[in-house]
Amino acid sequence: MNARLLMVVAAARQIHDHEVVFAGMRLPLLGFAVAKATHAPNAVGLFENGLIREIPAAGMVVTMGDGPNQRHATLATSLIDVMGMLQRGHVDVGFLGGAEVDALGNLNTTKVGSTRLPGSGGGSDIAAHARRCVFIMEHERRRFVERVAYVTSHPSGPVTLITTLGVFALGAGPARVVSLHPNVSRERVAEETGFSLDYSGEQTTPEPTPAELEAVRTADPTGFWTGASQ
Amino acid sequence: MSKLTTTAEGIRRLVRDGDRVSAACGLEARIPFSAGHEIIRQNKRDLTLVGPISDMLYDQLIGAACVRALEVAWIGNVGAGLGHNFRRAAEANPPQIRIVDYTNLTYAIGLRAAAEGVPFGVTRSLFGTDIGSQREPFRKIDDPFGSDPVFAVRAIPVDVAIVVAQRVDENGNAHVWGNLGTTGDSVRAAERVIVIAEELVAPDVIRGDPNRTLVPGFLVDAVVIEPGASHPSPVEGYSERDHGAFEAYHRATRTPEGWALWRREWIDGIADRAAYMRKVRA
Repeated sequence: MNARLLMVVAAARQIHDHEVVFAGMRLPLLGFAVAKATHAPNAVGLFENGLIREIPAAGMVVTMGDGPNQRHATLATSLIDVMGMLQRGHVDVGFLGGAEVDALGNLNTTKVGSTRLPGSGGGSDIAAHARRCVFIMEHERRRFVERVAYVTSHPSGPVTLITTLGVFALGAGPARVVSLHPNVSRERVAEETGFSLDYSGEQTTPEPTPAELEAVRTADPTGFWTGASQ
Repeated sequence: MSKLTTTAEGIRRLVRDGDRVSAACGLEARIPFSAGHEIIRQNKRDLTLVGPISDMLYDQLIGAACVRALEVAWIGNVGAGLGHNFRRAAEANPPQIRIVDYTNLTYAIGLRAAAEGVPFGVTRSLFGTDIGSQREPFRKIDDPFGSDPVFAVRAIPVDVAIVVAQRVDENGNAHVWGNLGTTGDSVRAAERVIVIAEELVAPDVIRGDPNRTLVPGFLVDAVVIEPGASHPSPVEGYSERDHGAFEAYHRATRTPEGWALWRREWIDGIADRAAYMRKVRA
């Protein structure tokens, strides 16, 4: 079972039925498609470029502006209309990623040392206004730091962090381990994490169900995002 | 009176050295690459580029040394990640460009303030962030009607907006569909507007579906009909995103020498967009 597949399914499980979701791109967008196809058929997806979707895109999507993400959208409007709804408090869960994360759930996508990164995009706004956030990141020590070098995004609600090694809860109190992926050891996690973790509630990340696997295959038919090469 | 012209003439007449330019309104869609390449060929200098996201067009303008400053929320190559020219310019010591970091929403709010002719907009974003500590665009202020503070976002003026539409009439009235990004506010904020469209249509076609009109012609200075102007970015209803072109650019521009070669092949060595599209299809 490769980590990308587990991450997509873990992301899907963060979306509850009838929720309004800022789905982002890449793995979270697949997670949205999987959630829609399994346990959350009534979830609604918002995109900062101005789109609102009630059905997943039919076809490969690299950016939210791609044709498959435009076609059969429910609404196509301006950035400020959709992000205004976010600021108004209409979004239940927002998906984000970054170069650095800390135990408080702050994200850095702007600069690390002399290295300049692309910047916030809509990430800072999503963190500020979504009721809760889900971060999806590669689990590497240089990314999981005591304090981020620059606070691009400061979440106002709780954060679930889904990584290549496990699922973690950030925010109020110490960072907690929710689950480790199968065959991932605490030692490995400790090596790759620059802040302390509370393991008291640790479980093993459940394997995808047949229905979830089927949904991933439908949403990513060529394995571009979740195949063995990833 | 017809406003029809060419990209080369429109850029020559309406983009001046030192201008504040919006060439990124549709985020990853409808990016005016042909106009950006013409700005490079005409060697415009000291531009301030504004926008939420322009995929890799702003990276090219930075590589060609047309840019003095960026006021943006995100800059790079969306499919591939970072933009090499941007990184080189930002990481140089001293930096070759000045950067004001926005978020997508705070950029849109600042642009809307400019579009409405007021000095600032307000937001509840930015609290607890280092972005919000930039004093030039943002100030924490008290809500005059309440107790909780908000952030004021200074209006983001635009000298020239270059926008891509699906179809336009010769007066500049333009239909745009798909995601709209910040297109409408960019046009309303700008002093000068260039509309580049896939198709020229009669005014009756525009008037037949006025809810689809995003750009009123009276705000427009130049109209260019140029199929493929946005390649490799997508135009809903006309063309799909050419992912391979973004990946190839990413690989080719890892070094300054690689960028110079790419520029020679795809910008300097090409007369106009028709020639570019022939090369893409070859």
